[in-house]
Amino acid sequence: MRLFRSIATFLLPVLAVIAFQQDASAAGRGYYLTQATMAAYYVVVTLGLALLMGHAGQVSLGHGAFFALGGYTSAILTTRPLDLPPAAERTLSALGCVLRAEDAAGVPQLVVAPPAAFAAALLLTLAVALLVGYPTLRLRGYYLAMATLGFGLIVYRVLLGTPFTGAADGIHGVPGWSFGGAFTLCGRRDHRVANYYFAWGAALLTLLLLRNLIRSRFGRALAAIHDHETAAGAMGVNTAACKLQAFVVSALLAAAAGVFATHFNGGIGPSEAGALKSVRYVALVAAGGMGNLPGVLAASAGLTFLSLRDAFGTYDDAVFGAILIAVVTWAPQGPLEPLGRALRGLAAWRPARREAARRGAA
Amino acid sequence: MALLEIRGLRRRFGGLRALDGVALDVEAGCIQGIIGPNGAGKTTLFNVLSGLLPPSGGSVRLDGREIAGLPPHRIAARGLGRTFQTVCLFDRMSALENVMVGLHRRGRAGLAAAALRLPWQRAEERRLAAEAAEWLAFAGVADLADRPAAALSFGRRRLVELARALAARPRLLLLDEPASGLNPRETAELAAIVRRTRDRGVTVLLVEHDMSLVMDVCDRVLALHFGVPIAAGTPAEIQADPRVIAVYLGEEAGHAAG
Repeated sequence: MRLFRSIATFLLPVLAVIAFQQDASAAGRGYYLTQATMAAYYVVVTLGLALLMGHAGQVSLGHGAFFALGGYTSAILTTRPLDLPPAAERTLSALGCVLRAEDAAGVPQLVVAPPAAFAAALLLTLAVALLVGYPTLRLRGYYLAMATLGFGLIVYRVLLGTPFTGAADGIHGVPGWSFGGAFTLCGRRDHRVANYYFAWGAALLTLLLLRNLIRSRFGRALAAIHDHETAAGAMGVNTAACKLQAFVVSALLAAAAGVFATHFNGGIGPSEAGALKSVRYVALVAAGGMGNLPGVLAASAGLTFLSLRDAFGTYDDAVFGAILIAVVTWAPQGPLEPLGRALRGLAAWRPARREAARRGAA
Repeated sequence: MALLEIRGLRRRFGGLRALDGVALDVEAGCIQGIIGPNGAGKTTLFNVLSGLLPPSGGSVRLDGREIAGLPPHRIAARGLGRTFQTVCLFDRMSALENVMVGLHRRGRAGLAAAALRLPWQRAEERRLAAEAAEWLAFAGVADLADRPAAALSFGRRRLVELARALAARPRLLLLDEPASGLNPRETAELAAIVRRTRDRGVTVLLVEHDMSLVMDVCDRVLALHFGVPIAAGTPAEIQADPRVIAVYLGEEAGHAAG
């Protein structure tokens, strides 16, 4: 049964990812892959948020800001020319920290290499997440939601009002991230299929790692805190530290997705940090069933893809608000939960019949 | 030196003195009962001892080291375990997983080891599961390991909670009204488990309303009244103590009048 579920959790998404690419390419709709790639990066954000919301019982209303924090850090570092003495340039370039790249006008300039920028983005996010999470997660209740909401609003306004971050235009001309010639993380058309598989590989890897995490000592501690924080503390669980770890992991995933998406798009704008973006992530996690990671993956992949294809038109944000209200009202466990129950019931039905037959015979 | 030394312990809620100068020595290997009418401060005492409430004053030493005012997980790490009057199981987990939370501090695996399912982390998980199963067996509920905690009867929930507290291998175990809600047969089972627990070297602090259980298992008893200790001694001495009788008769008379 457990094996069956593991197969269903990983084999089905892998097959779906391959089938989508095959279909889209065969139907001459290769451009679908661009939106599907972006959807995968948003899935990474929502999976991380599902760890926080569904397992640690905390809400972040600032995950858009963490996505933007990662994206902007990488965008700034990989586009702004550095002025280094030749010796420093030689050393750092040998370490792979800097490289010479052409800017939008084709002028070669010295910039931070994408892997180093990625590391810097994660370090900065780590520091910010600790700063926001540490004071609020020591308390009980939804202080994290308030703190992250405030943090998100600040990040959005700062990005929007600061010329250094490109103000309303954001940052453009972000170079691709070349993985040693074999693969380049970028939005060029001839790299579309590879980028699609890279993004979905990242999303499925996130699913796998988080699934392992919630089935461990750490996952049990989180579930214990979620069910009964007092009892968890009395059992020796450092509740504040566990909640903080879950929040940091979740923020780092959002930032990593932001870095990847920025290199893929070749830029990032302030709307990524907007409160509506953050609320959208919360709605997607709710639509997937909170802690139900495969459910969150399916719901957020489907809905973000439709949104990116402009299926909801001008009602885009309203649709996600409506989803949030509908889920909370009618299916707090997530709309996929009744479906899962039905499937489990179907699986249990056959052994139950056999059992009944055996009893009848005896 | 006593395992637990409580001196002048006070806890106020606004103007109410829930604990007012509680002093108690609990010798290692002893079953110490704490009795008193409702509102005597018994549960407040447990909450202060286990760190859920900070004390307003006084000192609590476990094995000679001050624990008053530490956060709950640090006190648990010093070897103090507890159960709750209302039974606080983690309802979304199985009985076995509940006990594995009790083993939390015995595991080492961090985030990276767990996410990557490193071989030693998997071995540790198996070891923790096996040990949790042993503690369920010790509490006589080995057969419930895979049942969801929410689906267990009240009496079974108490025993799973006890197994969870014992799994942390506390030196001092606080049991908050463990017999409330149990039928006489379950209470007798519980008394036997409490004695077996003591025989394994765990010192037990027992708050209980069921006088027959207190008189049956306790070596020493402390009587509290409005947060003040009024008598301490062997169960026989306490039963004969005129102040204790007055407090309990007073309460009875109060109930009769009300």
